[in-house]
Amino acid sequence: MEAEIILHVDGSRRALTIDTRTTLLDALRDRLGVYSPKKGCDHGQCGACTVLLNGRRVNSCLVFAVAQDGAEVVTAAGLAEGGNLHPVQQAFLDQDAFQCGYCTPGQVCSAVGMLAEADAAQPSYVTEGFRPEDSPAAADLDDEEIRERMSGNLCRCGAYVNIVAAVRQAAAGGSGA
Amino acid sequence: MTAPLEARAMGSSIERLDGVAKVTGTAPYAWEQPVERPAYLHPVQSTIALGRVTGIDTSAAEALDGVIAVLTRHNALRLEDTSDGELAILQDDAVGFRGQFIGGVIAETPETAREAAALVTVTYDQEAHDARLSADRDDLDAPDQVNAGFPTDTVQGDPDAALAGAAVVIDRTYTTPAEHNNPMEPHTTVAQWTDNGLVLYDSTQGVHQVRRALAPVFGLPIERIHVTSPHVGGGFGSKGLPHSHVILVAMAAQLSGGRPVKLALTRQQLFSVAGYRTPTIQRVRLGADREGRLTAIVHDVVEQTSKIKEFAEQTAVPTRMMYAAENRRTTHRLARLDVPVPSWMRAPGECPGMFGPEVAMDELAEACGVDPIEVRVRNEPHIDPESGRPFANRHLVACLREGARRFGWEQRDHRPRVRLDGDWLAGTGVASSTYPARSQPGSVARIRFADGLFNVSIGAADLGTGTWTVLTQVAADALGVGVGDVRLEIGDTALPKASIAGGSTGLASWGTAIAEAGETFLTKYGTEPEDGDELEAAAPKNPAADEYAMHSFGAQFAEVKVHRFTGEIRVSRMLGVFSAGRIVNPRTARSQFLGGMTMGLGMALHEHSVMDPRFGIIVNHDFAEYHIPANADVLDMDAIWLDEVDEHAGPLGARGIGEIGIVGAAAAIANAAYHATGVRVRDLPLTPDKFL
Repeated sequence: MEAEIILHVDGSRRALTIDTRTTLLDALRDRLGVYSPKKGCDHGQCGACTVLLNGRRVNSCLVFAVAQDGAEVVTAAGLAEGGNLHPVQQAFLDQDAFQCGYCTPGQVCSAVGMLAEADAAQPSYVTEGFRPEDSPAAADLDDEEIRERMSGNLCRCGAYVNIVAAVRQAAAGGSGA
Repeated sequence: MTAPLEARAMGSSIERLDGVAKVTGTAPYAWEQPVERPAYLHPVQSTIALGRVTGIDTSAAEALDGVIAVLTRHNALRLEDTSDGELAILQDDAVGFRGQFIGGVIAETPETAREAAALVTVTYDQEAHDARLSADRDDLDAPDQVNAGFPTDTVQGDPDAALAGAAVVIDRTYTTPAEHNNPMEPHTTVAQWTDNGLVLYDSTQGVHQVRRALAPVFGLPIERIHVTSPHVGGGFGSKGLPHSHVILVAMAAQLSGGRPVKLALTRQQLFSVAGYRTPTIQRVRLGADREGRLTAIVHDVVEQTSKIKEFAEQTAVPTRMMYAAENRRTTHRLARLDVPVPSWMRAPGECPGMFGPEVAMDELAEACGVDPIEVRVRNEPHIDPESGRPFANRHLVACLREGARRFGWEQRDHRPRVRLDGDWLAGTGVASSTYPARSQPGSVARIRFADGLFNVSIGAADLGTGTWTVLTQVAADALGVGVGDVRLEIGDTALPKASIAGGSTGLASWGTAIAEAGETFLTKYGTEPEDGDELEAAAPKNPAADEYAMHSFGAQFAEVKVHRFTGEIRVSRMLGVFSAGRIVNPRTARSQFLGGMTMGLGMALHEHSVMDPRFGIIVNHDFAEYHIPANADVLDMDAIWLDEVDEHAGPLGARGIGEIGIVGAAAAIANAAYHATGVRVRDLPLTPDKFL
């Protein structure tokens, strides 16, 4: 069964006809040629496919494209529109927070989404008290909070130490170590 | 012999040249290469471990809208060379392990291919399989040699007599489980047959190795296979040599009417067809005097291979050179099973093979009442015990001493289970690390001056290792120019041949070719070349390799906390100190060391591919159940290195660093866990139940 939908991807309006079984990830990659989000497990277990969907970070392999008619999708490529890197991307470069780069677009989108969650007072599993008023703002996240909040994005190259440093840098609005 | 390079660009922490492409997701991996009208392949895998396929009903699959063809042994390309039992798929009705490819569906979309593959019904004549590894089997046998061409067994002196006469004897059995490489990018190949032969976009650690392996299988001259692989999403050995999925997709591309066919393995499929680290059972015997000086070392390893293709891991090989002892024996024995084919995984040999002995050294230190660092220092050999050659720059003791200083080892109370931090038992541990410094001769680099740039090309690979960046630095120094004056090309068989990105040999092997080409280029064309000036040069053999025992060394320190009621274990601090010759790019090198240590942490605490021998299947075949370290698992971790240049390691003075970071990490953590809890766990991974 097929359906016609509109997606707004990295600022472009894209109309497409899709198999209703198609995930948002496959729609982006195989129908629209938007390869920035990666497929690492296709099960929502690795986070390589993370995009910002209507502003929130999601595993795009767990979302059916047909259910997202009219949605706004931002990938790591879109975060750098205009040739200027997003501060999170600049921090990943500054801290060498990646090696093979395959999980990296997902890590970047996840970090952007995560920092917004923190600023929206959303607590994490390690937030003492677990209430919105206990939740640190993005700039106040400690390493434990960053690690916990970034644990949905696996990195087999093992860049976590530098990913935490990059997110810390971006959260603080700093400009490199 | 190529002259040593003067380091100008080398040694600087420049940013990865592929960095912007990586953080935006625009670096094209295999699946993302531009092809016209691709078709999609979904494999059909055997659901038995041993037997014969008696029938494949493809009618329902073929009837599905959008299916282009169903591939089975009845319409599969006949292979010219079927001597590699892993690659020789779809040639007969035999099934050699569960998950082996027996067919596939080619369709217009991935969804249709997957649905149709599920509609293919297969009947089997099933035979009783054998997938149980044990050291007690009576059919264990000795391979002719072990991986990398090492002898299966070695003996020096009379180890049995030395053990019988030793004041202190450690005699323990250690086990490491099967582990899966699990690069984040699944194994991916896009194949197309053209008038010029077979074109592959492949995720591989060596484009030239892929075509050399495939050419005889397909009966094609090597020039008729073109492989492109500019960016690779991790490999860790599992993309070292082509696995059977490359054959399957090439077969499928013969049935697609000339269209390119795309195949990316699912995460689950990776667990049966893309290689893995064999489980090992290691009996380690140490004989020593009361001061901990070794008189005998015996390391007997039992591991598994697949009946359809032999892979014998060189697990006991590091024991042959690590410590001094007059009497020594190492052996490898294989259980030949109806299981998927094991292969390389980061530091095959050294990684599992340094677990048993390095925990045994900790046990020896305790038995003798000697500091674990001191017991290692006391057994430092003056020459390589196996070859009798001098070591080139053996700095193990310096790594241990520097690590001890930085980690705060001197204050350590050696008694186990005496430190409680809330409900957490705390402890520290140390282990040695080593990896051979090899380079492979014969890589060729081409330099062409054009557009005001030195265009340097070599068919090398960047798996996240930093090749794009560090080879550019090497080329800049080889030509005496700035990094910005060099334009590097890698990852394509159209470029000069390069050795594989494996065995931590890439940088030294390719860098030597570039150094040689740079030297020759400057001699021939001077420093003001003209547009179009071009030459190629091959890396000569490193003459020092025949005179010296060449190895990198390291020391791994770990602090762990184990919850006294739940057994939960956390690695609160880790420090690696390495001696690896010149570090060409400190920024990327630190990342690579930390990455190895992180994977070692996974080996220590998490990773275990669980074989259910009743069915011959790895039951935890995804990231939910095969846990690799996540961000929250890695706490305070750092890696440093000795400032050195290895004058015997070729013109770069650098030894490889891709693997040593994982070696010894699990032993350091296990030793720390013992120090914390008083419970000596000899079987990886260190799961909570083992501390209760």
